[in-house]
Amino acid sequence: MSEFENKKICLLDFKTGNTGSVSNLLEKLNIKYCVSNKNHEIESSSHLILPGVGSFEKAINNLKNEIDIDLIEKQVFDHKKPILGICVGMQIMAENGNEFGNHKGLGWIEGKVDIIDSKRLSLPHVGWNTVEIKKKNKVFNNFDKNYDFYFANRYCMYLKNKIDILATSNYGSDFPSIINKNNIYGFQFHPEKSQRAGKMLLKNFFDLN
Amino acid sequence: MLKKRIIPTLLYNNNILVKGKNFKSDRSVGSVIESIKIYNHREVDELVFFDLVASRSQSQPDYGLILELSKECFVPFAVGGGINKLETIEKLLKNGADKVVINSEGVINPKFLQSSSKEFGSQCIVLSLDYSKKKNYGLIVNSGTKKTNKNIFDFLNSIKDINYGELIVCSVDKDGCLNGYDFETLKKLRKLINVPLICSGGCSGYKDMLTAFNECKVDAVAAGSIFHFSHMTPRQAKIYLKSKGINVRI
Repeated sequence: MSEFENKKICLLDFKTGNTGSVSNLLEKLNIKYCVSNKNHEIESSSHLILPGVGSFEKAINNLKNEIDIDLIEKQVFDHKKPILGICVGMQIMAENGNEFGNHKGLGWIEGKVDIIDSKRLSLPHVGWNTVEIKKKNKVFNNFDKNYDFYFANRYCMYLKNKIDILATSNYGSDFPSIINKNNIYGFQFHPEKSQRAGKMLLKNFFDLN
Repeated sequence: MLKKRIIPTLLYNNNILVKGKNFKSDRSVGSVIESIKIYNHREVDELVFFDLVASRSQSQPDYGLILELSKECFVPFAVGGGINKLETIEKLLKNGADKVVINSEGVINPKFLQSSSKEFGSQCIVLSLDYSKKKNYGLIVNSGTKKTNKNIFDFLNSIKDINYGELIVCSVDKDGCLNGYDFETLKKLRKLINVPLICSGGCSGYKDMLTAFNECKVDAVAAGSIFHFSHMTPRQAKIYLKSKGINVRI
């Protein structure tokens, strides 16, 4: 029997995410999950994940078309369910984004998404980079050092409140790689592709209440 | 700091993994699922999987196979071969691919790169260019079977305003020959483009990787033959490179 028997992750399916990769990892971790855009699945889950590859505009438009945003906000703000945005799934939680024009985001986190100030280093930022922990949090349980994670991003989130930054990474300049505000989490990298460190982090997210 | 990557490439031809020489005479190198399991276990940085049949015939990739492989792959998994529609990319990503490698269609119709980037984000669109230095740097498509009248430098200049995530270049003259990457061309290409550059074709050992990183300033090196036909491994490569001052993930 799984140690998480009453818990379930709903991997929100809005036709933009790489739901395949994330579900492979959840399966390997023996975490109960579903991939869905259905209200009853979202309501019956204890944790939510907004996966992400894709552009900001496409992601926010698809999310609005495929998923009941009011219902999600009720889960996040009233029921306080932990929610994790991965890559562009995190970025659309910002107030707005500047990829292929300016677009409004969900506005859950005060900040905007813009191109990484890479100081002429080639973009996008692709590969394994160190995630430097800046603030204590339960998602870092069992972390004994700063691990490398896999990134693939041209844009990053610039936050108004530095207190929402849990970790940063450097590519020409520092940018937030893990953000957190109450029960809302965002990873700019791909935990599902970051081997052991990614597994640890996802497992810790699932351990949040 | 961002690490330099070592990427094993897996070429797939009708149920078996193969490794060609100058893009001809595919030699079998065993089962694909076993190779992926081993590479995953050894914590490689990334894997590139290329379906030669789909590329040569421009047919649909085998989605069931991709899903199966991705279940064993917890590192970034780039998939190429026969990608010429947005729908194909959507299906690949849904079946566990993290990035797609676009070759022929990107050369013939560069607008496809732009629409793919807009739809899925440029970070998951890898442009792959195969060229022959002997043939005046001409680009070759459909996995080395079809020549074009485009030259790699002119082509890259012509798509400067088009978004894509990474560029993987392969010298057809060098491929599988184990006599070094085409360093001279790589240096020229590095000056021309500002997306991550991955070199492929001809790697004979760890020293070639070092030269590619130090002198050609590539972001990643790809290799097939040395990992399939010798005792060399990605991990040993990284130990060597680290000892020479290259920032790799160990």
